[in-house]
Amino acid sequence: MVPYLFMGFGALLVATALMVVLHRNPVTSALFLVLSFCSLAGIYLLLQAEFLGFVQIIVYAGAIMVLFLFVIMYLNLPHDVEHGAHIALRRGIGWMVGALLLLFSLLLARRGWSPGPEAALLPGAEHGNAGAIGRALYSRYLFPFEITSMLLLVAMVGAIVLTKTRRPAGEERP
Amino acid sequence: MIPIGWTLTLSAVLFCIGVAGVLVRRNALVIFMSIELMLNAANLAFVAFAHQMRSLDGQIFVFFVMTVAAAEVAVGLAIIVNVFRLRETVFVDEINLLKG
Repeated sequence: MVPYLFMGFGALLVATALMVVLHRNPVTSALFLVLSFCSLAGIYLLLQAEFLGFVQIIVYAGAIMVLFLFVIMYLNLPHDVEHGAHIALRRGIGWMVGALLLLFSLLLARRGWSPGPEAALLPGAEHGNAGAIGRALYSRYLFPFEITSMLLLVAMVGAIVLTKTRRPAGEERP
Repeated sequence: MIPIGWTLTLSAVLFCIGVAGVLVRRNALVIFMSIELMLNAANLAFVAFAHQMRSLDGQIFVFFVMTVAAAEVAVGLAIIVNVFRLRETVFVDEINLLKG
């Protein structure tokens, strides 16, 4: 059962990721990206990363993609119009680089992965692993966790400062 | 149990699609989405190894990567909005002030 689910989610993931890159309309690309994030969340669930699966849907498919769609609609973009020899050349180079990279990684994959040590189960795997992740975050990874909060604060302030419209110097603030 | 080779191959395919997207597309927003695809490919590899090694550390790294991705998207989209206000375009071919 699990391998079939994995194959289904994987096929959906690759198909939607390709559609993100191939589709002309940025809004459609963004919606396909939502679908690919959801299938990736399914794969996380199959890999016993329950917490990450749900965070993937909440943070990526929810928050980040809403931000993307909001900006796309705010900018009200025309479709990608691409033609001419030099665009075709660049597009050819792009796909070739991607295919070469894929070839190399598949060659690497064929050499086999060394399996690591195996324990019985992930800690707390019977009831989902949110508790275990929380314990690790608040003990061993406390400092990186706090740094992360600083990072988010800086990003928030930075985004607000960057998008603020500047008034001319003489004008009064309301 | 899913063999780790499958997951890592899927991750590699996803990463390559992201690289191709960055190289092929001209719309800065779609390039950004392709970067998200690459970040997610790396996350998938982390989760695969965490599953293989039966360790939580990989999943915690994915958590941090997601936070960094969220911060990156917020700041990056703010920059794109600014560029659009200045140049009325988000096509990276037309944003060429630094070319001299």
